[in-house]
Amino acid sequence: MATDYAIPRVPSVDRVAADERAARFKSRSIKTTAKAAGLHLIISMIDLTTLEGKDTPGKVRMLCRKARQPLKGSDCPTVGAVCVYPPMVPIAKEELKGTDINIAAVATYFPSGQATIAERVDEVRRTVDAGANEIDMVINRGSFLAGDYGRVFDEIAATAEACGKAHLKVILETGELQTYDNVRLASQMAIDAGAHFIKTSTGKIKPAATMPVTLVMLETIRDHFLKTGKMVGMKPAGGISSAKLALRYLAMVKETLGDAWLDPDWFRFGASSLLNDVLMQLEKQRTGRYHSDRYLSMS
Amino acid sequence: MATSKKKSTATSTRLEVLKTFKLYIGGAFPRTESGRYISEETHKGEFVANICRASRKDFRNAVVAARKAQGSWAGRTPFNRSQIFYRMAEMLESRRDSFERALQERAGYTEKKAVAELDATIDRLIWYGGWADKYIQVFGNVNPVASAHFNFTMPEATGVVTALAPQKAPLLGLITALAPVIVSGNTVVLIVDHDHRSLAIDFAEVLHCSDLPGGVVNILTGYREEVLSYIGGHMDVDAVAAFDATPAEKKELGVEAAENVKRVHFFETPKKDDWTSDEAQSPYWILPFVEFKTAWHPMAF
Repeated sequence: MATDYAIPRVPSVDRVAADERAARFKSRSIKTTAKAAGLHLIISMIDLTTLEGKDTPGKVRMLCRKARQPLKGSDCPTVGAVCVYPPMVPIAKEELKGTDINIAAVATYFPSGQATIAERVDEVRRTVDAGANEIDMVINRGSFLAGDYGRVFDEIAATAEACGKAHLKVILETGELQTYDNVRLASQMAIDAGAHFIKTSTGKIKPAATMPVTLVMLETIRDHFLKTGKMVGMKPAGGISSAKLALRYLAMVKETLGDAWLDPDWFRFGASSLLNDVLMQLEKQRTGRYHSDRYLSMS
Repeated sequence: MATSKKKSTATSTRLEVLKTFKLYIGGAFPRTESGRYISEETHKGEFVANICRASRKDFRNAVVAARKAQGSWAGRTPFNRSQIFYRMAEMLESRRDSFERALQERAGYTEKKAVAELDATIDRLIWYGGWADKYIQVFGNVNPVASAHFNFTMPEATGVVTALAPQKAPLLGLITALAPVIVSGNTVVLIVDHDHRSLAIDFAEVLHCSDLPGGVVNILTGYREEVLSYIGGHMDVDAVAAFDATPAEKKELGVEAAENVKRVHFFETPKKDDWTSDEAQSPYWILPFVEFKTAWHPMAF
């Protein structure tokens, strides 16, 4: 364990209260112009993701083109970032040249994180050198659950250092952390170790992002901001596939952290199918007709 | 009400168990998202139940369920689909007493007419089930071509279909509308708008226990004029099967459907509204909801 890192004292989380509070956001009704504005904001916050063993350069190119122009002929914004495996970073860099779309890559032996710290940090350096300006790392859940918090902290800190100017998003894989108290503790540790964003999940296990877990993480960010004045970003990922649900997340962010976080620099959605659902909603608003994703490119 | 008027012998102090009629979407029975209802009465004006008044959002949800189910339903073998049709008929046969009673109590049918409608409904299910593995042979073709190729033309399901059920024959009308649509592998959203909508939801319970995958048939009770423009305009609906459509409804559907070139087929109402007649069933009723695919295959000598 790192000798200079004291395990943070974090408040315990009332599970029932967190669940109830998160459920309240499902009752919000966002319509017409507010809905349209929200949908545009969601698009700008999407980390358009493909993280499959069958990813090909062609698929990544197609995804990048969708990121640049989500819907032909519409005024919708570009997405926040494209998120790929490290070997695909050069392809994404080539396709996104001349745009302000970020290139995110999952490094540190995603999704398990089961490798030595040297191997994980080395992968981060190579990925940043290849052109990624955002790194999504996974924490070592095995070490965390075994109580080896110092190792978890050290790995995040070492990764943050290896990132250089690239932003670091720390994936807690909350579905494996068992309790909200663990989520709160891991969130605080990631922030202390230098995370720019904290992120819920890899998307490889269920449950992935849920509203109560995201709320617990948002509250950690809020308390850190109130204590230090420093902002940290949030990225729920996995399982957010409908525009309706994404709008609820925005309401939760606004009411927990405030308007400053309603910005792609501070809040992102890790998603793939979400984009098409948002586009369908925008088309419904524009034409009055229910749309079909058969008329949209795959994402 | 909506239950048998027969009382059990020890029920003088027993509370009546009333049935809640809900929609049938994706193999589940949700309430309408709108929270609205229509009061249904018997032919004598007695209260039957409050029936869900489906909204455009219920229709949207039903289309999503139908789309989700369509691929795997079309992917089943025709023989399997025919077996499921037979199973539906079995289930209906086993509940025919309660349906005959409901037709008499709610719709004012005579016993003879109720029996005739049940007979025709069950028989029509089996009849269309028989077509599941035959219509391709009848309507498909091996085409003579002037080259060394086999050339086949075969019908395939068109996708998601919305059906406006007949406004008479509350039970038989349902089968008449949905059977020719789903037999080929389409999925259907059935809009039921007549005085005895509760029978459609009773029938959904039959579907629910017939090995029919959820989402293949979705039943919405309500007013067809309320959802008509959304049916015509929905970009994920491939075809519409309309029974008893008025000239105004035909026009609206035609105009809205032009946007994604969906097929709209208007069925003729049989003479004297006799839905039990052979006029109300035909293998040609399968054709408006299939698309023909032609494949070329090189001959080997």
